[in-house]
Formats: sequence, C-alpha cells, structure tokens
Amino acid sequence: MTKTWVFAEVSPDGKVEAGALELLTKARSLGGEVEAVALGPGATEAAAQLGEYGASAVHASDDSVYTDYVAQPAAEALHQLSRQRSPDLILFSMTYDSRDIAGRLSAKTGSTLMSNVTDILSPDRARTAVFGGATLVDVELEGSPKLLLVRPKSFVPEPSGGQAQIVPMDVQISDDAKKAKRVERHEEEASGPKLEDAPVIIAGGRGLQDAENFKLLDELASAIGNAAVGATRAVVDAGWVPYSMQIGQTGKTVKPGVYIAVGISGATQHIVGMKGAKRIVAINKDEDAPIFQIADLGIVGDALKILPQVTEEIKARKG
Amino acid sequence: MNIVVCVKHIPDPNLPPQMDGHRLKREGVQGVLDPGDEFGVEAGLQLKETHGGEVTLVSMGPAAAIEAVRKGLSMGADKGVLVSDEALQEADALVTARVLAAAIARHPFDLVIAGVESTDGYTGTMPSTLAEFLGVPQVTFAKHLEPAADGIRVQRQTAEGYHVVECPFPAVITVTAGVNEPRYASFKGIMSAKKKPLEQLSLADLGIGSDDVARKQQVIELAPADQRKAGEVIQDDGSGAQRISEFLVDAKVI
Ligand SMILES: Cc1cc2nc3c(=O)[nH]c(=O)nc-3n(C[C@H](O)[C@H](O)[C@H](O)COP(=O)(O)OP(=O)(O)OC[C@H]3O[C@@H](n4cnc5c(N)ncnc54)[C@H](O)[C@@H]3O)c2cc1C
Ligand SMILES: Nc1ncnc2c1ncn2[C@@H]1O[C@H](COP(=O)(O)O)[C@@H](O)[C@H]1O
Repeated sequence: MTKTWVFAEVSPDGKVEAGALELLTKARSLGGEVEAVALGPGATEAAAQLGEYGASAVHASDDSVYTDYVAQPAAEALHQLSRQRSPDLILFSMTYDSRDIAGRLSAKTGSTLMSNVTDILSPDRARTAVFGGATLVDVELEGSPKLLLVRPKSFVPEPSGGQAQIVPMDVQISDDAKKAKRVERHEEEASGPKLEDAPVIIAGGRGLQDAENFKLLDELASAIGNAAVGATRAVVDAGWVPYSMQIGQTGKTVKPGVYIAVGISGATQHIVGMKGAKRIVAINKDEDAPIFQIADLGIVGDALKILPQVTEEIKARKG
Repeated sequence: MNIVVCVKHIPDPNLPPQMDGHRLKREGVQGVLDPGDEFGVEAGLQLKETHGGEVTLVSMGPAAAIEAVRKGLSMGADKGVLVSDEALQEADALVTARVLAAAIARHPFDLVIAGVESTDGYTGTMPSTLAEFLGVPQVTFAKHLEPAADGIRVQRQTAEGYHVVECPFPAVITVTAGVNEPRYASFKGIMSAKKKPLEQLSLADLGIGSDDVARKQQVIELAPADQRKAGEVIQDDGSGAQRISEFLVDAKVI
C-alpha cells in the first residue's frame, strides 16, 4: 500500500498553507495511506485542518527551531522520520522554504526529487509542463521516498471531513542544522484580496512605461472591486513594485475568473503563472505580442490611454 | 574570502528550444552563460572587491560550456573549473549537485553563490542539494547581501516580503535577478580571460563512478498541452474601453 506524506507549512496561529490542502486532496485520490508532517509553532493546532482534508495522521512538532533556522532542521527531521516510517512519496508545495527542505532531503536520502510538478498520475509517475505550458512531460520516478515539489494551484482543495491523529515526533536536531538564522521578518500588509484568491487580477508589465503609472491599475482595481494587482518580473526587477506582486514561474501562480494583462508581452515564464485564468483580456500596443495568442479579448492600443477610460466606463456603469 | 560561483551554460534562451528525443538539446546549439548566473558572478566580484579574496567559477556541462566559464572570467573572476563527462549527459539536479560538490570540496571555501533557478531547467533545488552535500547551510533567494561577522547577512525574499537571515561561513547562497547590476565584460577583461587558469575535470578525476550519476527519473512521454485559443483581437479605435467593460459584465465580475 502506498504511503503518501504531505509536508504542510503552517503559520503560528495554526493555519495551513493552501498548497498543502491541495496536495492532501490529490494524495487521497492516489489510494493508500495519507499522512501529513507539520513543523514549527502552530503545527499541532493545524492538525485539525489537515485531518479535515484527508490526513489520517499528522507528525507534528511545535518546536520553533523549524522556523528560527532555514531549511536544515526540517530536512533533518523529515530524514529521520522517513527512516523510521518509510513513506513512498513526500509531496511538497513549491514554496520558498519547501524547495530548500526538499533539496536538502534529496541529498540525504539519495532519492529523486522532481520540481514544478503540475499533476501526479500515480505514485511513481508525475507530470510537469515546459515551454510555458505548451508541452506536457510525463516522468517515471524510481527509488523511495520519491520527493515531489508541486506547483501551487495544481489541484482544487476539497475537504474529506476526516480527523487526524497527532503523532509526536522522536527526532534529534543537530547543532550543525542551526546555522542560517532568521533574525528579522518583514512582511508587507496586503490591502484588498490576495492575488491567489482574487476573482479579478489586473497585471501590469513594462508597457506601463514607469512605476507611477501602476496607480492606473490600482484605480481600475478599486472601480471593479474585489480585484488585485499583479506584475511581471520585468517591472519587479526594475523596482517598480514589490516582488510579492510577481506572477509567473518565479512568482505566484494564479487562477482568477478574469485576468487583465496590461502592457505585458506574454513571455512563457509569465504565462505559466496565469494561463489557468478562466478568461484573459490583454491590452498591448503591439499586435504581434504573444499575449494575444492566449487572450479571449485583445485590444491593440495604448494602455495609458485605455486604462483610465475603462475605469470611467465601469464607474459610470456602476452609477 | 574564497568565493565559488556556479555558472551554467544553457542553450540560448532567445532561440526556439530544440529537442533531442525527450531531452532539451544541449550540444551543437548556440549556448550562453545563464543570464541568471551573471548576478551570481557580479555578487562574487563585488564581495571580492570590498573584502579581498578570489572568485572561482565552477560549471558542469558539455565541452562547449567552457564558453560560459570564459564569459565569467572575462567579467573578472579569477579562475574556472569545468566538469565535463559523457556520463553526465542526462544529469538531473541531484547528480549535478553531487558532481559540483565534489569539484568544490577539493579546496576550502567560504561562500558558494548560485542562481535561484536556471533559465533552462528551473528546478530551483540544485543549490540546496549542493549545500547538503557540502555539509553547509544555505540561504536562498537573496535579494540583498552584505558580509557580517564571519559570515553573511542576507535579505531573503518571501512570498509577502523578506526575512533577514544571518549565516556563518562556509555557506551556499542563491541570488535573485535584481540583486545587483551585472557588469559587462570589458575588452581588457576578455583578453585577460584567455590567460586565466581553467581546469577541466572528468568524473574519474573527481573519483565519482558512473553508478553515482545514474538518473532516477525517466521521461516517458512528451505531449502537446491543450492550448488556449486566441480570441478576438481588435484595434483600439476609441471603443476598446467599452469592449473591455462589456467583457467584464459578461464575465459577471461587475
Ligand atoms: C528563469 C526565469 C524566470 C522568470 N520568471 C518570470 C516570472 O515569474 N514572471 C514574469 O512575468 N517573468 C518572468 N521571467 C521574465 C520573462 O521572460 C519576461 O522577461 C517578462 O515576463 C517580460 O515582462 P513584460 O511583459 O513586462 O516586459 P516586455 O517583454 O518588455 O513587454 C512589454 C510589452 O508592453 C507593450 N507596450 C509597450 N508600451 C505600451 C503601451 N503604451 N501600451 C500597451 N502596451 C505597451 C510592448 O508591446 C510589450 O509587448 C523569467 C525569466 C527567466 C529567465
Ligand atoms: N550544470 C550546472 N553547472 C553549474 N551551475 C549549475 C548547474 N546547474 C545548476 N547550476 C546552478 O544552480 C542554480 C539553480 O539551478 P536549477 O536547480 O537547475 O534551477 C543555477 O542558477 C546555477 O547557478
């Protein structure tokens, strides 16, 4: 029987990172046993939610060593746990921390690690997409435990109404693992809906010409209401907007009802992060821009002119 | 400070990718130094300039990867190491990390710098696997870095902001695009690069057997994904804004 583990990142107030719930949902469909591992403050509190999405057991520790130090303690714990309990498959959501943990674990176990997974076909077969999602690649994995880093939003989370048993952990964290220490945390307070949850996203690219013009997107977002503003890497790298707004391969993956791409060329690395949108609108002054190949509605024109007009139109409609 | 920078040679990302069966074709195609690794080279050079020491480039790849190492040398790095071997043609991130670790561990080092993810493979895990093989901590996603007492202080990107992470040497870090402004190679740099030491190693030189580099992932199928279809594309003749708002009404978001 396949034993699948989901590594769940949790916040100190016991909330589970969304990707873990997606993975638990998928893990259930693989058959066999489904368990979760949660490390750091909030872990035992998170067990209830993990159970609700299908974990029959949660290996949990509230020890702050897992959040004070980057990756190493968690990799050590997972390594010891997996030697004790031999899971066949460990699923990670492809977040900053999980990438590092999975990477280190792969060296410890010598087992295979596959990144950018978009679907799990069976316990030893997974799928990824390349070339901006144009080509699907199915990969067969050997050895155990197999480690998969799965792109967020690959699966839709659905509760199963189960309950998890909390299993205390018996692991030793070495002093060598306590090296890379988090000494400050700076998190931006997001106003409005989060990019990952917003039903409408308006994303801007270099075509907006300069940072100032991003406020045109904010104005449109507030006219629409319940909309969030995103960006391409080109403008994040240019320092116009913070990285937390980046959509794409190295940024967030989003699946809104409507995605409005403004002054965005449509590079493959951007498209992989947003092509799951239900509908896509694009404004670009170049009629050959690749973004038009995936847009349901494309407007060839000057974004700086069109954006304020759309905002006015919508305000007028809403009265 | 002994600084090692990982540099990967990749097929030119501005050209359409060519396949060799189930793999990306890497030999006999136009290649470049991964643009993401230019940030790593620049970070290494800046640390050297302010704190002294030496910058060594390491790469694993086909013989042509020597061009990527030369590019880094012409930017100002001191010496290069290229591991090249027939048996590495299908190397995955785990194998790459094992090989680079063996090449790096031959000499004492303070800091290894890599990119967050490669442009062609983008697994994003090679550096942390490398850190584990080297037995040192890693700090990934550095968007700003500065030396601290006996180590490094890094602003590490997170989903909604950044954390400051302090880490003693030796360590592995990865840098994001945007951490600095990579310099261009000067003519003088290009000329002097030709005389800099460039070591070429095989797996045997590193004492690695072919069993250690067998990959544990096999591509079994490539298939085109369902493509979104292009919809209507219209020239904005003044009615564009109205079309968009009608579209939004239709989609029931306003
Ligand atoms: C390893 C790697 C990872 C990456 N990850 C990401 C990622 O996560 N997310 C991401 O977005 N990118 C990513 N990229 C970068 C990506 O390849 C592109 O460079 C980037 O998406 C381009 O951003 P852009 O569309 O804003 O800029 P450009 O490509 O410069 O496009 C600007 C567009 O604006 C149009 N324009 C100009 N003026 C106007 C105007 N007045 N009105 C309307 N349109 C106008 C132009 O016609 C053009 O199409 C990554 C690249 C690499 C190598
Ligand atoms: N073959 C290689 N040679 C040298 N460095 C590499 C190689 N593969 C990956 N790297 C480094 O590791 C980083 C992440 O790569 P990846 O895990 O492939 O996304 C890259 O940006 C490089 O700095």
